Amino acid sequence: MDMKRDYYEDIEVFSSGTVLFWSIALFVFLFTLPLYLSSYNIYLFNIILVHVILAVGLNILVGYTGQISLGHAGFFAIGAYGTALLMTHLGLPFFVSIIAAGLIAAFFGFIIGLPALRLEGPYLAIATLGFGLTIMHIIGRWDIFGGRMGIQAPPLDIGIPQWGLSALLDSDVKMYYLILVIAIVMVIGARNMMKTRIGRAFVAIRDDDIAAEVMGVNLLTFKTLSFAVSAFYAGVAGGLFGFVLGFFDPFTFNLILSIIFLVMIVVGGLGSVLGAVMGASLITYLQYDLLKNVDEMPYLGDALVWFSRKFFTVIGLENFNSIMLGLIMLGIVIFEPLGMFGIWIRIKKYWKTWPF
Amino acid sequence: MIEQLIIEGLAIGACYGLFGVAVAIIYKTSDVINFGQGEMGMISTFVTYHILAQYGLPFWLAFVLTMVFAVLLGMFIEFFFMRPAKDPTVLGLIIITLGAEMLLMGLAGWKWGAEQKDFTFPLSVQKVHEPIPGLVLNEWSIGVFALTALIMVLLFLFFRYSNLGIAMRATQQNQNAAKIMGIKVERVFSFTWGLSSLIGAVAAMFFAARSVLDPNFMMEPFMRAFAAAVLGGLTSIPGVVVGGLLLGLIENFFGYAWPVWKPIVAFVVIIIILTIRPSGLFAKHYVKKV
Repeated sequence: MDMKRDYYEDIEVFSSGTVLFWSIALFVFLFTLPLYLSSYNIYLFNIILVHVILAVGLNILVGYTGQISLGHAGFFAIGAYGTALLMTHLGLPFFVSIIAAGLIAAFFGFIIGLPALRLEGPYLAIATLGFGLTIMHIIGRWDIFGGRMGIQAPPLDIGIPQWGLSALLDSDVKMYYLILVIAIVMVIGARNMMKTRIGRAFVAIRDDDIAAEVMGVNLLTFKTLSFAVSAFYAGVAGGLFGFVLGFFDPFTFNLILSIIFLVMIVVGGLGSVLGAVMGASLITYLQYDLLKNVDEMPYLGDALVWFSRKFFTVIGLENFNSIMLGLIMLGIVIFEPLGMFGIWIRIKKYWKTWPF
Repeated sequence: MIEQLIIEGLAIGACYGLFGVAVAIIYKTSDVINFGQGEMGMISTFVTYHILAQYGLPFWLAFVLTMVFAVLLGMFIEFFFMRPAKDPTVLGLIIITLGAEMLLMGLAGWKWGAEQKDFTFPLSVQKVHEPIPGLVLNEWSIGVFALTALIMVLLFLFFRYSNLGIAMRATQQNQNAAKIMGIKVERVFSFTWGLSSLIGAVAAMFFAARSVLDPNFMMEPFMRAFAAAVLGGLTSIPGVVVGGLLLGLIENFFGYAWPVWKPIVAFVVIIIILTIRPSGLFAKHYVKKV
């Protein structure tokens, strides 16, 4: 249905006027959002946007390049700690710190990409998983990282306070605009990158790495590059996440978080930027809002509390979150392997070809 | 001192090896890495705890009941979660088993709460024996060594002589050919999961006796056991046990020298080994053909 007639049509950011119109409508909606929402919901939106950046980055690695990572919480942690420490100890301005932290994460991504040249499937999953846990333990044990107690994020000042150009973002709403702008830039950046030689090399590696190598794709360069780019996204997202939370400790970045990241892109749909955005939004909303307060929901909440009292324990009801997430993971692979993006494509096809 | 380090390392290593065998059995037959293995063992251990605390049955009866539960649990997961997935990718399989893990962890937390419980196990770490002068063994390690040896012998006999064991090996080598030869491949998978869940449950009880019992307690041992299995090579069962023993030794010596970094040794070892020998020390490496 989406027929491409020439190369320039293929590399357009907005493939048609309709897409452009709705994208602009979405941007307008997002930029005026604080007018209609309470401050808790803005906090929720901040987390969603941070996760969107991360999911888009993870999707470059998992969805487009076909590598598996269970260690993205590690890159996320590097970003969060890197940004906060560079700002606190070296007094660097925010933008320099966050990019430096992203580059440090990218360097670690490059290092992890090296074994990935020889590993595939489950072995790669376990190696990245080991990496994530190692980072968590190292951070938990070194005093400069605050140890197990965690550290406080410095005040978020996007100017250069030493030169008197201070621009302090002290509320969730101000932070929201910063994160929104960065998220939009990075999402569009990811979409564009997939239309360049680099992006097409990634897809070629996913489809068949040996064939890709024969075609002249240097596996060493592009596999490690994919890890590095993905880690950079995770690092930047982590840097922002630190400020959203305000206070974080190593256990924030545990294995479960890596699993949740992977779930986001699988639920959203692999190999599509839109899917990653949708998946990150849905899973974050479920995790941080709907399922967290499941016992306060009308009818269902009461029923669950009654059920827990009878067969389980009421105090353990908070684990309902994890049960639902598990069921979503099982359900999506069994019934809808293409994720939300697959559903979206099906709906679109249905409307385009309607009477048939 | 050094003998003690070796013995301790070998004991914990045997436990890793035993749990690694549970992972390897599934991987051998169906090429699935079961990330939910730890939580399957965890929930079986909780069932024992529940039977002991709630109904006051003797330990051996609780143990037998738990083994029945573990087998059924493994078969249940295979039947309801693995089987309905149509042509899943490697990532899809990983997501399914991780989903099962989250589900089981949530259920255990819902039922038994997050607080830590003491697991009464007949073999304690405190009670020590000295069979040969100079060699001090605690009851727990004796139990682990005896059980690992027993299970290894049984598995060897099972895979070598029983019809079902041969069917499992045939399924591993070529699923379609096995089907043509009249092997009910689905039933073999179901049995594999039951067997693996059983071995995992036994190992999990040993882990619980060493630490405490809470819904997260199997997370770290599972990673170690997995590292051990990868170290030995996931497709060779004796290799997995040797890998477990090796990892136990490395970890214990390293932990003695630098106690702070003990928790990460396993992961550093796993990354290094995988980089040098992608299929582990004792398994043959198959390179994909175009």
